[in-house]
Amino acid sequence: MNGLAGLAPYFVLIAAGFLPNEVWRMLGIVVAHGLDEGSELVVWVRAVATGLLAGVVAKIILFPPGGLADVPLAVRLVAIAVGLLAFLAVRRSVFTGVLAGEAALIVGAYWFAG
Amino acid sequence: MSPIPPIDPSPSRAAIFFAGWRAAWTSVFVLVLIGTFVGVGALAHEYGFSLSWVLLSTLLIWAAPAQVILLSALGAGATPLEAALAVGLSGVRLLPMVVSLLALIKQPDTRPRDLLLPAHLTAVSMWVEALRLVPTLPRAQRIGFCNGLGIAFMVAAHGGALLGFYLAASLPALLNAGLLFLTPMSFLISTTRNANLLADRLALGLGLVVGPLLAYERVSLDLLWTGIITGTCAYGVHRLREAWR
Repeated sequence: MNGLAGLAPYFVLIAAGFLPNEVWRMLGIVVAHGLDEGSELVVWVRAVATGLLAGVVAKIILFPPGGLADVPLAVRLVAIAVGLLAFLAVRRSVFTGVLAGEAALIVGAYWFAG
Repeated sequence: MSPIPPIDPSPSRAAIFFAGWRAAWTSVFVLVLIGTFVGVGALAHEYGFSLSWVLLSTLLIWAAPAQVILLSALGAGATPLEAALAVGLSGVRLLPMVVSLLALIKQPDTRPRDLLLPAHLTAVSMWVEALRLVPTLPRAQRIGFCNGLGIAFMVAAHGGALLGFYLAASLPALLNAGLLFLTPMSFLISTTRNANLLADRLALGLGLVVGPLLAYERVSLDLLWTGIITGTCAYGVHRLREAWR
C-alpha cells in the first residue's frame, strides 16, 4: 500500500478508529445509569452490530486479503461451514469450531494446490 | 497449612490490581484473546499496515471487531469517513456494556476520572469476566480489580498481535492462509455463540448474505448499510413476534 506513508496512517487510526469507537465508552460514563440490558434500544443496537460484523466476516471470506485469496473459494466456504457445524455439534466449544475450520481450510488448500 | 488462604482485610492498591491481573491469566478468555489478536496482527500485515500501527490500534481501539472493520475497510480502499462510520456503528454496543459495568463498580464518591480507565478497558472479554468475578468483591476494590483484569487482557492481546504480524511475514503460504482464516472463523463462531436473541440470530444470518451483496454491487458505505438494514429487519421481526404473543 503506497499511500500509507509517514504519519497519515496514525492520523486515520485516531480519526477513523479510536474516536468513533471511544465516544461510546465515554458516553457510557456520562449515561452511567438508566440504560438496561433488555431495553428496546439496546436490542436494536446489538442486532445492528451483529449484522455489521456478519457482513465483515462474509466479506473477508468472499473477498479475502493476500494469502487467503490463493485458497479456492469453495475451500474457504466449506471450511467456514465445517468450523461452524463443529462448534454447534461439539458442546458449543469455540476452540473445537476454530480448530475444525482451520484444519478443513489447510487440508483443502493443500489438496487443491497439488 | 490452613486450607483457607488468609483474607487480607484491607489489601493494598497493588494487591487489588494484581488480583485482577492474575484472574485474567487464569481465564479461558486469555487464550481466545491471543488467538483473535494473532488473526488481527496477521490481517494487518497482509493489508500493509505497520506493526506499530496495529499495536497502537490495539491500545487505543481495544475492540477486535472494530479493529478488523477498520483494517478491512481501509485495506479494501474505503475512505476514512466510510471506515469511521462503520467503526462507530460497531462501537455502539460498547455503550450498554460500559453502563452496566460502571453501575457495578462505582461508589457514590467515585471521581469520574477514576472511571476513564475501566471504561476504556471495557471490551467483550473483560466485560464478561468482570461481571462474573466482581460481585464477590467489596465495592471499594472493584475498580482496581477491573483495571488489573483489563490491562492483563490488553497485554495478552498485544502479544498475540505481535506474534500474528511476524508469523504472517514468515510462514509458508499454506499456513499463512490458515492464519488469515482465523479472524473470520473465530468471529463467526463467537458471534454465533453470543447471539441468544432471535434478533441477533436473524441479523447474523442476514448480514452474511447482505454484506457481500452490497460489497459486490459496490454500494458506497456498504458495511454501514449492512448493519443498519440487517439489524433493523431483524429487530422488526423480533417486535412482530413479541406483538403476536
